[in-house]
Order: sequence, then C-alpha cells, then structure tokens
Amino acid sequence: MEYKDYYKILGVSRDASQDDIKRAFRKLARKYHPDVSKEPNAEARFKEVNEANEVLRDPEKRAAYDALGSGWQSGQEFRPPPGEGFSHREFRFSTEDAAEFSDFFSSLFGGRGAAPRGEPRPRRGRDQTARLRIRLEDAFHGATRQLQIDAPELGPDGQVARRPRTLNVRIPAGVTQGQQIRLAGQGSPGVKGGTAGDLFLEIDFEPHPFLHPEGKNIHLNLPISPWEAALGATVSVPTLGGPVSLKIPPGTQTGRRLRLKGRGLPGDPPGDAYIQIEIVTPPADTEEAKAAYRRLAEACPFNPRAKLGV
Amino acid sequence: MNTPASDLEGVVLDERVTVTFTELAQLCGSDDEVVRLLVAEGVLHPLGSRPEEWRFSGIEIRRARRALRLQRDLDLNLAGTALAIDLLDEVDALRARIRALEALLEFGA
Repeated sequence: MEYKDYYKILGVSRDASQDDIKRAFRKLARKYHPDVSKEPNAEARFKEVNEANEVLRDPEKRAAYDALGSGWQSGQEFRPPPGEGFSHREFRFSTEDAAEFSDFFSSLFGGRGAAPRGEPRPRRGRDQTARLRIRLEDAFHGATRQLQIDAPELGPDGQVARRPRTLNVRIPAGVTQGQQIRLAGQGSPGVKGGTAGDLFLEIDFEPHPFLHPEGKNIHLNLPISPWEAALGATVSVPTLGGPVSLKIPPGTQTGRRLRLKGRGLPGDPPGDAYIQIEIVTPPADTEEAKAAYRRLAEACPFNPRAKLGV
Repeated sequence: MNTPASDLEGVVLDERVTVTFTELAQLCGSDDEVVRLLVAEGVLHPLGSRPEEWRFSGIEIRRARRALRLQRDLDLNLAGTALAIDLLDEVDALRARIRALEALLEFGA
C-alpha cells in the first residue's frame, strides 16, 4: 500500500498547531465538498482531506502517525510496522466515513468504521452517490446503462475491502440533469446485521451537438435563410422524438423564439422545445450572387441601425 | 461476481415521489428532530400542515440529504446550512440557465 502524507494533503507543516490544522481542513473541505464543488475529482479529494483531518485533528492518532517518522515520501510503498503495531490499539473515529478511508489508514487505525469493539450494535451501511453520465437520447427514450462502482464490501473477517461492482441500471424516460435515482440497498453493506445503505445516481448529460436541455425543456438554435425569414416558410426541425415541421411566420427576425409544445423531455407535463431563430446569409461568392444582393439592396432600402441613431 | 444478475430499477427523486416525515429521516440516516429543525428553519418545504401530514417530494429528499451532509462535514449551524442550501439551489438554476444561453450564443461563432 502507499504511504499517505497527511500534512501535505492538508498543506500544513509537520509542526502545525491543532488550530492551523482545523483552519486548513475547513478551507479545503469548503473547496472540495462534493455538494459544493465543481472541481474535477472533488469527491476523491474530499475523502482524502477528510482522512487526513481524521488523523491529524486527534492528538492521539496524530502522535501514532508521527511515530512512523518523517522520512516517508507520499506514495511510497508502505508496510505497517510488525509486532506491537498500531492496529492492536483501539482508536475512536469521529466520522462514519472511516469505513471508506484508504488501506493505509486501516492498517494504522483499523478499518472497521466508527463502531468501537464491544459494541455490537447493528448499523446501517453508508449511502453512496455516483455520477451517471448519459446521452440526452437515453433520457428521452429511457435506457439501460451499465456502470461500475468501486464499492466497499465487508469481508468475513469484518475488514472492509473495496471491490469494483458492475450494475445494470434502468434509466426511466424523462430524467433531467442533476436529478437523482435512488437504488435502495445498493450502497455500502450494513455492519453487524444492519441494512445496506442506498446508492444515489446523479444524472449528468453528455453535451449534445445542438439540443441543449434546461430542466425538461430543450433549446435549439435554428438557422434559416433570409427569404424563409422574410416570406415565411415551413421548415424541418430536429427534436428528440424526430424531425418536426415548424411554421416560420413571415417577417421573422433573428432572436425570435418559437415554442414547440410538448417536444422536450417526456413527463407529466412534458417539456417544450424552444426554437431560437438565427438568420444566416448565403455567401456572395459568385458574380450572380453579388448581383442578386445588389438588386435586393436597391429593392429594399432600409437602415438596420436606425435604433442606434446612426 | 462481476456479472450483474438483472437490471436494477431505481426511483427517480422528482416531484412525483413523496415520502413521509419518518421515511425522510430514515432516508437521510438521521432522526426526526433534525428533520423537524430543517423544516422549522425553512430549508425543507413539506406539503401538509402537521408533522403527521407532512409529505416531502423527491426534490426535498435531495435537499435534505445535501443539507445534512453539509451540516456534518463543514460543521455548519442551522442558519448557515439554510443559507448554503438556498444559495446552492440558486447556483444550480443559474448554471443550467448559463449552459443553455451559452449554447445558444455559440451558434454562428
């Protein structure tokens, strides 16, 4: 297993005061808390910071950790000292997260979680949260997705081991960004006969090239030609359910928003599709096209900047 | 043990799901009193007037779990938790808005 430099993780020196450690932890906890942070790897960083704090905040655990000496490098191969090791001592944990701390932590302080020995009270397993990245199309049609989670499992010896688990999860149609799916009993196993925790999957959409969800509604930019805008037209619009005909009223300008009711993500009521019009001009790259533009200028004299007073 | 037996069907925590007071406390791994305090502080908005009648939507379940995690991990008091939850809700809504607007602006660029 790898040695963990808890001082380095919290960014404090080895002679830092307990106040310094508390301050450093608070700051990092705010920065990396998975409910607050948008940093990549926030979850893993937060766990690491929590683990470092669990050791350094407690003078007894800190002393045991310091006793390993300062000659270790972060990530260096570590084997717990033989014989009268720390694992024979009894440490108390302030957080239930202790059950999911690193092997390095367990080798020093035991990995049985917060329940001290001699207190065989059944305890419910921890809930787990994982992010589930899906395509917008999966949210529209519903889908089954396979995902791997690194789940702690309780071995027969009472020690916690992390093991990858593969789950097939049904995604119901109509889920939206950030929504959670609860899978009862699929979290961490319970302790001493307690029930297992739940697994919460948080939906995260892969970016779609042109359909942009906001809740159940879908936004789309729709390019149209100047003559479609001026004269009106019926054009084909892509939606999640397939192409739909949209009537462009005559005299439409860029920025106009049209709504296709019920063409968003399914639900009760379903979301709508909002179509934002963008007029695109054809390139004047032939003599014929240039002549056509000049004729248009003559036929339709107008100042698009009249509102600007110039 | 790497082959999943069958498809797992979860429950989407949206506005259609509702749980009672006690169920919510269980879901959050916390006790009734903590949930009661979150309601009193205005963090949670159940339907129904008396605790026995309270119904919490899936949205509220998520808010409750988030509030309790923040409270525990960052050592926040109740008022601080309420403020953090309100601001985080607002940030979520603004982020969704920005994502949609940015995507629309990208057009033609």
